[in-house]
Amino acid sequence: MAVKPVMVGQRIKRREDPRLIRGLATYTDDLKLHGMLHASFVRSDYAAGRILKIDATRAKALSGVVAVFTFDDLRGQVGPTPCWVVLPGMKHAPHPLLADGEVRYAGQPVAVVVARDKYVARDAALAVEVEIDSREAIVDPEAALQPGAPLVYEQFGTNLAAKISNPHADTERLFAEAAGTLSLRLVNQRVAPVPMEGRAVVAHWDEGPQKLTVWTSTQTPHACKQNVAVCLGISELKVRVIAPEVGGGFGQKVPSYGEECLLPWISRKLRKPVKWAETRTENLAASAHGRGHITQVEAAYDKDGKVLALRGHTIAEFGAFASMLGALIPTFTHLLAAGPYTIQAVSWETQAVYTHTMATDAYRGAGRPEAAYNVERVMDAVAAKLGLDRVEVRRRNLIQPGSFPYHAPTGAIYDSGNYQACLEKALARFDYAAAIAARDRARADGKLAGIGVATFTEICGLGPSTGTAAPARAGFWESAELRVKPTGAVTVMTGASPHGQGQETAFAQMVGDAFGIDIDSVNVVHGDTDIVTHGVGTFGSRGLVVGGTAVHMAAQKILAKAKRIAAHLLDTTEERVSVEQGVFGVAGSARRLSFADVASAAHTWGIAIPGEEPGLEAVARFEPTGTTFPFGVHFCTVSIDKETGQLTIERFLSVDDVGNIINPMLADGQRLGGIIQGLGQALCEEVRYDESGQLMTATFMDYAMPRAAMFPRIELDTTCTPSPLNPLGAKGIGELGTIGSTPCLVSAVLDALAPLGITHVDMPLKPEKLWRLIREAQQKSGGAR
Amino acid sequence: MRVKIRVNVNGEAVDADVVPRTLLVHWLREEQGLTGTHIGCETSLCGACTVHLDGKAVKSCTLFAVQADGCDVRTIEGMGEANALHPVQMGFWEEHGLQCGYCTPGMIMATSALLAENANPSEAQIRHALEGNICRCTGYQQIVNAVQHAARSMREGK
Repeated sequence: MAVKPVMVGQRIKRREDPRLIRGLATYTDDLKLHGMLHASFVRSDYAAGRILKIDATRAKALSGVVAVFTFDDLRGQVGPTPCWVVLPGMKHAPHPLLADGEVRYAGQPVAVVVARDKYVARDAALAVEVEIDSREAIVDPEAALQPGAPLVYEQFGTNLAAKISNPHADTERLFAEAAGTLSLRLVNQRVAPVPMEGRAVVAHWDEGPQKLTVWTSTQTPHACKQNVAVCLGISELKVRVIAPEVGGGFGQKVPSYGEECLLPWISRKLRKPVKWAETRTENLAASAHGRGHITQVEAAYDKDGKVLALRGHTIAEFGAFASMLGALIPTFTHLLAAGPYTIQAVSWETQAVYTHTMATDAYRGAGRPEAAYNVERVMDAVAAKLGLDRVEVRRRNLIQPGSFPYHAPTGAIYDSGNYQACLEKALARFDYAAAIAARDRARADGKLAGIGVATFTEICGLGPSTGTAAPARAGFWESAELRVKPTGAVTVMTGASPHGQGQETAFAQMVGDAFGIDIDSVNVVHGDTDIVTHGVGTFGSRGLVVGGTAVHMAAQKILAKAKRIAAHLLDTTEERVSVEQGVFGVAGSARRLSFADVASAAHTWGIAIPGEEPGLEAVARFEPTGTTFPFGVHFCTVSIDKETGQLTIERFLSVDDVGNIINPMLADGQRLGGIIQGLGQALCEEVRYDESGQLMTATFMDYAMPRAAMFPRIELDTTCTPSPLNPLGAKGIGELGTIGSTPCLVSAVLDALAPLGITHVDMPLKPEKLWRLIREAQQKSGGAR
Repeated sequence: MRVKIRVNVNGEAVDADVVPRTLLVHWLREEQGLTGTHIGCETSLCGACTVHLDGKAVKSCTLFAVQADGCDVRTIEGMGEANALHPVQMGFWEEHGLQCGYCTPGMIMATSALLAENANPSEAQIRHALEGNICRCTGYQQIVNAVQHAARSMREGK
């Protein structure tokens, strides 16, 4: 009996792809149900104001319009928008599904039109007359905290939604003892996650069985099911949520939104299926944004450049309401504030602020990119103050390999790491000395050239569940169910909800290896709450770490029973049965059984096995004992055109450690995508509102997306320090790229601008901004070029 | 008011009465059931809706169906069969040129139009040719690899 080649660790082509490359996958907007109606939202043109009148007469008169609903129709029946994280002392106001008298951001849904045709629905939405007595809006989060600022919620008397405070007893002493201190004001601008498929929902209330089915483009179908049930006040047994093909999420599709709760209500009311797919402008205006932190960070350091303590104050934009997990995001910034460094004390305070803007929530990295950006800027600034090399400063500050598990002063426990090995590998691969020489030659020729570095760690594999908000009735574990068919083929049902990550392939590799079966004998099912055992979802780099571990655990349970069955068939005891890749044997005998033999016996039950039930299946849930801490080192080189401010990334190297890898091809994809997304924030992306709260970046004409020609070929390498916290040794990979690449690029640009005496720049690094900085610096130095 | 059009869709003549304001992408998706062509921005800036009109790559979100009257339209569904994938489809599969897959049909249509004009594009030419197509997942590098893979296969007549 031949042992199959091991699949884990191999570059195996994705099983998802054939349907995707042929255009035959079914995304939510591709669904067409009999009698389906189309919804279109009327959204507020103003950021702040009181609704005086909503007149739908003209809209209702259009042929094909079925209904127009406003808050008055919903009152007491459905809502509010799901919010799972309410911090202690947080000023929280329920956010209605449609505006209740007040509008608080431009793009807020005010009314919804339902029509037989999509075009008519849009015509009718435009024909609804909404009269709003607009008032002064507050957009700038710093100004929002000033006395007399316009208030988003009058009843609170302040725009301060919550204060998150994590003081450390040693901070003040270390600042007093320090050889030097510095202070930086750092803006981590608001950006839009922009999955290429916007949000979309089809809701179908089936009056016969009294059952609601909701197809929605989400990362968390089980959470959505609970939210819809709560919002409508019906049993969750009556709700089935299906996440069909999902065209990217990046955190934006973690929360459940008002539209996801409203469409089911409409469908139940009208007893017809109803669909809504957002436009890109709706996506940019009314799907959660990310980042939006303004931070003042102070660092105390000794004469050798060792950073002793950090004191941080962050103003975090909440937007106009608390999105489902919005309040959770800054807490990650606090936990990761010390980065991969031996900083002894960190005191951090965040003020979460309401403004008349769209809410913020998770965006790839969710609080950790902000932390990494802060501490990397500090490292560069310390190097500049002391005239030290930036890599040398990091080397002096990195946590030593023997220190794990490492207890950071923030309370985080870093599971494992070897930062030095990763740094040394990156230095060699990048050829740091040669890069410096090349940069200096370019400078000597009068060019602006720079080298960027970032050494970072992050928090992945969320859970554990401890501390999860009670209203959620959800932990941060993950589920897996494996059902073995009589032929030995296996269905894997995962509570994770992949939407591009490739887990239909990765999990099949794992299960195929566990049972010694072909990958085509494994089918991975996800994203259907009526089929899949209750699960959590895909976010926070947890798909493999938590979801994959649950799959592994379920496979082990099946192997344990299979072994007992095999023992019976082989006339031996369980202890004497050996199993390797699905081949069951017994010492001293040539008899072997395949996994298919055992699966068949488990189902035919020709020989009854005492104490066992027929069949072969298992459910497992993995509750992590802690988070994992992948890490990496990024280097890049840039040049800046003095005349135009145009920034060119010439080289970018990423050496990362994510522990063990199931499929290196998928891992490369996750890293490359994340790196470009992180560089997108550094280079060009920015959500902008004008002073009155009008969104200035409402299409791709104004919201600058990273495009193919903006980047060089990214160089990838790895080191491997398996995580001790899960049997796979995996650490999580989804968010890694966005955490290291952003500070790395800013580091390079500041290095390029250093000869001009420029020490600070905020993202995004658009040519116009760089050109102005260069011009000002040149004028200061007497106009010399 | 409806207008009669005749469009050759993926090699088959289709006669239809369309409301003049119907966008080509909606006609293909909703009336022809060809949902592989996606909508990503409605403003011709993302390329998810790219199809071929008389062999040229166009953004079907900013064309009316009536403008395709008398033309050949090719969509992703007309590119290859399960056991006979188009070399560009094969390239994307082999090189992991997709993740969520939403931009992929548009990328494949843009790529095949590029390769029809330039059988051996440089990396810079590939990146430039795909400027009108946004991908949020891959960071483009594996898409570039996919295009190079496809170009190689097509030159070798595979």
